[in-house]
Amino acid sequence: MAELDTSGGGGKKGGKVRSKKSSTKVDLTAMVDLAFLLITFFMLTTTLNKPIAMDIAKPDKDEKNEQRLELRASQTMTILLGKNNKVAWYMGEAGKSAPEVQDFTQIRKSILENKQKVQAASGKSIVMVIKPTSGATYKNFVDIMDELAITGIKSAPAIDDENITDAEKAFMKSQNLL
Amino acid sequence: MPRAKVQRKSTSIDMTAMCDVSFLLLTYFILSATAKQPDPLDVRLPTSTYKIKVPEKDIAILTIGKDKVYFEAAGQDIKVATLEKIGEQYKISFTPEEKKRFSVIGSFGVPIQSLKQFVMLDGDKRKKSGLETGIPTDSTNNQLADWILQSRKAVAELHSEGMRVSIKGDAEEGYPMVKKIVDILQKQKINKFSLITTAEGGSK
Repeated sequence: MAELDTSGGGGKKGGKVRSKKSSTKVDLTAMVDLAFLLITFFMLTTTLNKPIAMDIAKPDKDEKNEQRLELRASQTMTILLGKNNKVAWYMGEAGKSAPEVQDFTQIRKSILENKQKVQAASGKSIVMVIKPTSGATYKNFVDIMDELAITGIKSAPAIDDENITDAEKAFMKSQNLL
Repeated sequence: MPRAKVQRKSTSIDMTAMCDVSFLLLTYFILSATAKQPDPLDVRLPTSTYKIKVPEKDIAILTIGKDKVYFEAAGQDIKVATLEKIGEQYKISFTPEEKKRFSVIGSFGVPIQSLKQFVMLDGDKRKKSGLETGIPTDSTNNQLADWILQSRKAVAELHSEGMRVSIKGDAEEGYPMVKKIVDILQKQKINKFSLITTAEGGSK
């Protein structure tokens, strides 16, 4: 915005030529723009920097209460987390079907397929059992919980890091995952 | 008769006041924003697609990394109350100054025995002191469980709320360490806790 020069020059008085005084007004528009830009930046960074929480609920561990709920084998999918960001999964009972070893990019497809299969066969929703072994990292655990959230598994998965069967251990060892 | 000329008003607005206001706001925001406490452990968080924000109050954060555990209870009043309770339990009395200094420490990982010494150090010397060996979690000397229990009591007394526990784990941390911490929580019947993650894009 150009400012009109309104300092009339003063005419000619006494024949002296006066040097023109330039106006002392500074255009503050750019300054205001800058200030508001900074304000918005600060506001956004303060709100966006909040970390995100993932809620995990684990089954109650009661030493005295040895009640175990049996899961129906036909609608259970067990996922074992192993070393080197690999997972192994199988449907149904342990030891009856050979687990399939995959990595995290493929597991989503398997979960979705099994979810549909179980739904079509029994009309019930799939039950997930997650078994992190000692070879897994914390990241693997978070990733698999995230995959379940993405694939829309509504029922809470059973996170079972206590009862990894010998058959499972043997398989994981044979695949170099433990 | 010549027509009277209508005086044209200049279109430039005086921006001085606007500038003042905006800079006032800016300084207010900068001053009111509390500086984030630097984490003593640099933890790289795993990513997830969850969208729930971590609450700011009535929460304890357990930072796990490099096989060490650090503890932080949110809120200065809670910190002081927790320290008093821990002091009672371990027969250590803390002076008012120590309590005040403790209330501004973020997450810490020192055994109770060297806590007094640690609190009295200045901020930048704390990291170099080598006192931060993580909070002991062995079954015989389970100080972490005590910290959690006492902070839960403090939150219950002061805010009459249940305290939430969050785990802030390093992505590369092995699962056994996480399991150890979770087992400690489950011993106290905390079966629900949050894992703190950072956001990632919706679909890979």
